[in-house]
Amino acid sequence: MKVKSKIGLISCSGEGLSEGMISRVATRRILEERDDVVTICLPLFLAGGQEERDFAKDNPCITVDGCSKMCAAKGVKIYGKVQPKSSIIISEIMEKDKLLKPKSKSKIEPEDEKLVHQTMKIINKEIEKMKDNE
Amino acid sequence: MSEKKESKHIIIPCSGIGKAVGTITRRATYIVTEELLPNDTDSICLPLLTIEDEETVQKIRQNPCITVDGCVAQCAKKNVEHHKGKLEGEIKILDVIKENPKLKPETVLDIGLGGERLARKAAEKVVKIVGDKS
Repeated sequence: MKVKSKIGLISCSGEGLSEGMISRVATRRILEERDDVVTICLPLFLAGGQEERDFAKDNPCITVDGCSKMCAAKGVKIYGKVQPKSSIIISEIMEKDKLLKPKSKSKIEPEDEKLVHQTMKIINKEIEKMKDNE
Repeated sequence: MSEKKESKHIIIPCSGIGKAVGTITRRATYIVTEELLPNDTDSICLPLLTIEDEETVQKIRQNPCITVDGCVAQCAKKNVEHHKGKLEGEIKILDVIKENPKLKPETVLDIGLGGERLARKAAEKVVKIVGDKS
């Protein structure tokens, strides 16, 4: 019996920008809600071994990046040698849905919840799309 | 007359998303860079190092770095070493937990009072390293 792989959800978790906080919180909440996704700490691609570098090969990935530097998507390409199946960028969601940039880099304020929820909605939609295409 | 270039200590948390200790590294970093030593310290997004962003690599080579790692993988330290950054000190949250066995972090998304106090202890260690090296 072939065991289906879980979907890899990789957040940039960037500490330097508040958008990185949104990518991390939205990703983490999805991980706690669903049992068909797994994650890896992005810096482990470099700090870890072959098993960590093979994560993106073993698990089709959705990347969640805070800004246009797209560290998560690039990390998958550099270390996993594959393209992410889907790539989400928080700053693009903010622009498209006219949502404000969070003020804090470390704490979700009530006014940031809309952006977190919108990001989670998009991630969930991408996960379902990938599962439909399996 | 040559102008002396002021360098700041770069505090680098591990960017962990899988465990509460990763959140503590991030919180400790913000306590140092935003509250305790805002004029003497700065931070970077660790994933930018992982994807070998040239500007970030130069920054960690030109400024003294202190890494704050959550787990034994020590992603922050290994990423800085890999890129030949000026590593001046390292904090391991697991050591801080060993030194304060009564303090327990709660979850990844909410480290709770115990986690907050551990983050403060880690931040104090960072401040001591900055003071000793200045």
